Amino acid sequence: MTDILTIKHLRVEGHPPGGAYVPIVKDVSLNVGKGEVLALIGESGSGKSTISLAAMGFARPGCRIAQGEVWLNGRDIMALSPRDRHALRGDEVSYVAQSAAASFNPALRIGRQVIEAPLWHGAGDASTLTADAVNLYRKLDLPNPETVGQKFPHQVSGGQLQRLMAAMAMSCGPDLMILDEPTTALDVTTQIEVLKAFKDIIRDQGTAAIYVTHDLAVVAQVADRILVLKNGEMVEAGPTDQILHDPQRDYTKTLMAAVRPAPHLVNHRDTVAARPPVVSARTLTAGYGTVTVLSDVSIDVPAASVVGVIGESGCGKSTLARVVAGLTPLRKGEIMLDGKAVAPNLADRPREALKDCQIVFQMADTALNPRHRISDILGRPLEFYQGRKGSARADRVGDLLELVDLPRSFASRYPGELSGGQKQRINLARALAADPKVILCDEVTSALDTVVAAGVIDLLKALKDRLGVAYMFISHDLSTVASFADEVVVLYAGRVVEKGPSKAVFSPPFHPYTKLLLSSVPEMQQGWLEGVANTIEAKAASAGSVVIGAKGCPFSNRCALAIAGTCETVVPPVRELSGGLQIACHLAADHLPLS
Amino acid sequence: MPEPQEIHTPAITKITPFWLQWLFVEYRPSNEAVPSLGRRNRVLRIIATRLAQGLLTLLLASAIIFAATEILPGDVAEAILGQSRTEEALATLREEMGLNRSAIVRYFDWLGGMVQGDLGTSLATKRPVADMIVSRMWNTLRLALLAAAISVPLSLALGLWSAMRAGGRVDKTLAMTTLAIIAVPEFFVGLILMKIFAVELRWLSATANTRPYYDFWENFRALALPVATLSFAVVAHMMRMTRSSVINIFTSPYMEMAALKGLPKRRLVLRHALPNALSPILTVIALNLSYMVSGVIIVETVFGVPGLTRLLVDGVSLRDIPLIQACAMIFGSVYILLNLLADILSIMANPRLRYPK
Repeated sequence: MTDILTIKHLRVEGHPPGGAYVPIVKDVSLNVGKGEVLALIGESGSGKSTISLAAMGFARPGCRIAQGEVWLNGRDIMALSPRDRHALRGDEVSYVAQSAAASFNPALRIGRQVIEAPLWHGAGDASTLTADAVNLYRKLDLPNPETVGQKFPHQVSGGQLQRLMAAMAMSCGPDLMILDEPTTALDVTTQIEVLKAFKDIIRDQGTAAIYVTHDLAVVAQVADRILVLKNGEMVEAGPTDQILHDPQRDYTKTLMAAVRPAPHLVNHRDTVAARPPVVSARTLTAGYGTVTVLSDVSIDVPAASVVGVIGESGCGKSTLARVVAGLTPLRKGEIMLDGKAVAPNLADRPREALKDCQIVFQMADTALNPRHRISDILGRPLEFYQGRKGSARADRVGDLLELVDLPRSFASRYPGELSGGQKQRINLARALAADPKVILCDEVTSALDTVVAAGVIDLLKALKDRLGVAYMFISHDLSTVASFADEVVVLYAGRVVEKGPSKAVFSPPFHPYTKLLLSSVPEMQQGWLEGVANTIEAKAASAGSVVIGAKGCPFSNRCALAIAGTCETVVPPVRELSGGLQIACHLAADHLPLS
Repeated sequence: MPEPQEIHTPAITKITPFWLQWLFVEYRPSNEAVPSLGRRNRVLRIIATRLAQGLLTLLLASAIIFAATEILPGDVAEAILGQSRTEEALATLREEMGLNRSAIVRYFDWLGGMVQGDLGTSLATKRPVADMIVSRMWNTLRLALLAAAISVPLSLALGLWSAMRAGGRVDKTLAMTTLAIIAVPEFFVGLILMKIFAVELRWLSATANTRPYYDFWENFRALALPVATLSFAVVAHMMRMTRSSVINIFTSPYMEMAALKGLPKRRLVLRHALPNALSPILTVIALNLSYMVSGVIIVETVFGVPGLTRLLVDGVSLRDIPLIQACAMIFGSVYILLNLLADILSIMANPRLRYPK
C-alpha cells in the first residue's frame, strides 16, 4: 500500500497571548495509505485536532509547526514555500470541520461554497463543477440535489449541512481528507446517515482519511487503524480491532472503561416508591414567534429522583426546561412547584418559588461571567436567597465548593482559570447555593469529555442522595440517561411520545421512535453501522425530516410502521401499559416493536 | 444543537438603555401565535417598523429641541427687545407673538408649522427661516457629499488593506497615522493644510467661497482644502472600524474553513469576510456621514464656508430662536435618516432575513 501521508517527528508549539511557546504536540509520527482511515482519539487537549491540521501544513493562529516532516504525495510539504503549501489545500487535501453550521459562510449560497476550492484551483469551470457537485449531493442522499446548492446555509438542517460539508471536501477530488469530529454535533439518527456517507465516499474514491474523534463507538465503525493520544504524545497505535479489544497501555484501557454500555444493557434500578412531585407541569404549550415548539407536554418530577428527558435536537427539550424555569413564556398549561401553582413568568414568581427551581446550562463557559470571581458567582445567590453577608457568605461559598469536590481556595479564582469540568461543577454549586428542591440540568455533560462527564454524573448522584434534590436531566446521550434516571420522558417534535420508569422505557415494548433512538446509538462492534443503516426503520427515518406542528402523529413521516390514513391525520391515543409505561401511538399494545 | 432563536438587533439597541429599548424591539417571544408572513412581507414589515421608529425618534428629537430652547434664559421677546426693553413693551410683544400661551400649545403650533414646511421667521433678518436655510444648504451639502464620495471608498479600501495585512508593516503604519489624525483636532489639521497648500505653496485657496461662474479648476481650488480636512477625520474613524469588523470575522470557523480551501488572503477578505462585516461598517459610515452634515462647524468656520452650521452659529450668537430650532431639526433629521438607511441596508444584506427557512 502506498502512503499518501507520512508525518515524521512532528512537534507543534503554541503560545498563550504574551507568553512563550510551549509544546502542544510532541514527536508524533504517523502514516496513512490510499483508501485507509486512520483515527486519532484522545480527550480534549490531546492535540488530535492540531495534528490533523498539521497534516495540511497548517497551524492555527498562535501556533507553529516547530519541527518535523509532513510528506504528502511523496514530497515534504514543510519544505515548500508558504505559498506553494497553501496551494495544496483544497486541491490535494481537504478538511471537514466539527460544526458545519459554523463552517459555512452564512452570507454565501451553499453551492458557491462547495465548488469554490476546485474553481479556484482551476479544476474546471463553474457549470461542470456544479454538475459534479449535484452528483455528489445525490450520492450523499441529500434531498433536492438539484436545488440545494441555491440555498443559504441557514435554510437547511444540521445533518444535511454536515453532508454538504462532506460534498465541499470531496468536490476538489482530494487525495487526503481530514475529518475533525464531523459527527460530534449531530443526533444519533443523523449521525448514522452522515457516517454512512463518509464511509461510502472514502471507499468509492479510494481517498485516504484522518478521522479525529473522542467517540470510540464511532471509531469502531469507520477506522482501519487507531492512534491514541494524550497531552500531545502518542500512547498507542494499532489496528482498530486490537486497540478496541486488546488495548496494551493503561491509558487506552481507562478510555475503554469510560465507555458507557448501550442503554438497553444497563441494569436499571427498580421503580422508587411514589413520592410527591416537586415539579408538576400540565399540558404545556410554548413556542417562539410563529413556531410552536412544545405542545401539550405534561411532566412530573418526584422529590429526590431523576427524570431524564431525551430526544433529538430541536424536539423541545431545552424549551421545556426554560418554560419550567419561567424563562420562556407559556401559551397554555400550568406549572406547579412543590405542590403550589406558580406564575409562568419568572418575574411574577415569589422568591420561594425561584429558590426551589434552579437551572444549570450546557455551556459552562458562557454561563459564568468571566469577570467575576468564583466567590462572587456563588455569593450572589447566597445573598439573594438567604441574606448571607460577610463571613457567613464566605463560609458557605467554601462549603459549596467542597460539596462539588473542589478546593475551598477556588473562591478567589476567575472562571478562566478553571477547566471545563471544574466550570460545570461551579455551575452546579451556584444552583445548589439556592438550596433548591429541583435542578433542571440542560445537557450539562454534553460539552465534556467522557471521563470528565462520568465524574460529573457521579457527583450528581452523590448530591441527590445527600441533599435529597431532584433533577430534570435533559440529554441527547441515551446511555447516560439510562444509567442515571429513575424515570424517562421521550420527546419528539415537541410532544411526549413515551414516558415511564427507565426500566420500562428502555425495555420492550417501545414507541417506534424510542426504538429508532435506541438502535441508533453506536455500538463498539465493527460492522454495526452497515447493519443498522440498512434496516427498514433507519431507511424510513432518513427519508423524512422532523415536522413541527404536525396534524396527527409528528413521527408518522419517518415511521416504518405508520398506518396510512390514520397516523398522519389523527393525534395518537396515549396507551397505558403495565409498569407505569405510557406510549402515544396508534399501534395497539401488542403491535408495538419489541426488540 | 438547538438552533438559536433569530433575533435581529438593530445597531442602535447596543447603545440604548434598556428602558428605551422597547422603541427598537424587533422581535419578542409572545404568548400569541403570530400568523406567518411570506418572505417579501417579512422584510417589508421589518422595514416599515424601522421607518415608524425613525418617525417616532424624530418626534422625540423635536420635543427635546423645543424644550432645550425653552430652557434657555430669556424668551424671544426679550431677545428682540434687547437691552432697551421695558416691562410694558415686553408684555405687549409677548401678547402679540402668542408667548403667553403654555409651552405645550406653542410646541404643537411650532410642530404643525414644521410639518407644513413653515419653519418660522428669523428674528434677526425678518426673513423666512426656510429661505435662509435653502440658500445655505447647498454649500454644506456639497462639502459633505464631496467628502463622502472620497472618504467612504478610501476608508473601505484602506480598512480592508489593513485587515489583510493585520500585524504587518502596512497595518501598523496605517494604525499609527490614523490614531494621530483622530487625536489632532480638526481645526488644527485644517490650519496646517492651509498653511502648506494655500499660504506657502499657493496651490489652493484658503477660503471656500465659490462663485457660480467658476470653472472646474477654480471650484477645485476653493473646495479642496475643506473637503480634505473633513475627510481626514472620518476616514480615520471609518477605516479603523472596517478593519476591526473584518478582523473580528477572521476568527470564525468559516474563515478557517475558507483558508483551508487554499484561497488567497485577498479573496478571503473580499468574498468571505466583507459580506459578513457589512452591518457594522454601514452603521459607522452612517454615523460619520451624519457627522459630516451636522458637525462641520469647525471646517466651515476655518475656511469661511457660508454653510448651514455657520448659520446656526450666527443664530446662537443673535439668539435667533426660530433659526436655531430649524437648523437643529434639520441636523436631527439627517442624522436619523442616515442611520435609518444604514439599518435598512443591513437588514437587506442579511440573508437570514431575506430568505427565511
